[in-house]
Amino acid sequence: MAEMDTSSGGGHKKGPGVKKSKKLSTRVDLTPMVDLGFLLITFFIFTTTMSQPTAMPLNLPKDVQDPNDQNKVKESAVLTIMLGKDNHVYYYEGMDPTKIQSSTFKAIRDVVIDKKRRTDPNDFVVILKPTQDATYGDVVNIVDEMKIDDVKRFAQVDISPVEYSLIQKTEAANGAH
Amino acid sequence: MGRAKLPRKSTNIDMTAMCDVAFLLLSFFILAAKFKPPEALKVNTPNSVYTRIVPERKVLMVTIDKAGKVYLSLSDDATAQKSAIIDAINTQKGLGLTQQEKDAFSRQPTSYIGVPFGQLKPFLDKMSVPDGLKDVNVAGIPVTDTLNNELITWVRAAVVAFQGDQMKIVVRGDYQSKYPSFQGVIYAFKKNDLLKFQLVTSPVSVPSGSDLWKLNQSTNTKGAAS
Repeated sequence: MAEMDTSSGGGHKKGPGVKKSKKLSTRVDLTPMVDLGFLLITFFIFTTTMSQPTAMPLNLPKDVQDPNDQNKVKESAVLTIMLGKDNHVYYYEGMDPTKIQSSTFKAIRDVVIDKKRRTDPNDFVVILKPTQDATYGDVVNIVDEMKIDDVKRFAQVDISPVEYSLIQKTEAANGAH
Repeated sequence: MGRAKLPRKSTNIDMTAMCDVAFLLLSFFILAAKFKPPEALKVNTPNSVYTRIVPERKVLMVTIDKAGKVYLSLSDDATAQKSAIIDAINTQKGLGLTQQEKDAFSRQPTSYIGVPFGQLKPFLDKMSVPDGLKDVNVAGIPVTDTLNNELITWVRAAVVAFQGDQMKIVVRGDYQSKYPSFQGVIYAFKKNDLLKFQLVTSPVSVPSGSDLWKLNQSTNTKGAAS
């Protein structure tokens, strides 16, 4: 219809009565289609790489009964982290569990880093002791924290009854349920 | 001094070729994408900064669900090992499983074990029917009691079945599951002298400013977190 108007407006150059139909171009603007195509490509690339699960390697120490075979650590270079109820984290330095201090997952990074800066990197060991109130997610989080803080040596050990009772006392004192 | 007149060119470009390339790439990515296999057990894995990819072949997978129940499954390629394991358990415990019940575990790709030995026969009966385990509340393999940790027996059977092959152990736990279940699983591995295993996690990026982040920046290598 638009073509008809322009041809008539042109002033009857071809003579009266001669109607020339203009040929319609078959060309389509493909730009939006290309846009859409690339948008979908980006979407697929992102979603495929994101959904791939990753693996966290965990090596356990072998249970040895003979004290001579056990790994020795310097008392001053040890940091013990215990995982309690409701994402609570407790820690103490050295071998004395009565020096227990309460912390959280957010704050534990500074504790680890602080201890790491103060000790010889060859001796520094973190001992992880999850209690039965902790969750699997807590364990993975704290192992991940070791990775984030670039702690080379850490070991996962079962908690001793003394430490567990201390945690329970601290929890009771803090009013944590 | 006459200047040469530059002919004015149209800025329109033929987009057809570009469009072709775009859709070719698109179809390639769609076809090449591996879709998540339907998982019989729903588990929300915790996050970690590790970038290593979970192995897919020769895998013994222990799943811990939200309630702390433990399940055992094997990767799709380990059909021979699956039947070896179920045979070994059958003779050891004298369960009297029929061939059909054994096949229910060894032939199906998504099969898993999630009951104590005593309930294994009815469990496999249900598994042999399609969707037979839907809405069935299974007990899980007992692990929390050190004296009656049945996963030890299962893992031992798996070690025997995988003899000569490198078996990879993968633990896929729900972040809400309680620690005693995981402790029981670790105990079962330790009893079989398996001290190396991998935990399935969802990837997150390394927090900026942390030691690992600095390490990655200095080495400037991708995947240093693995």
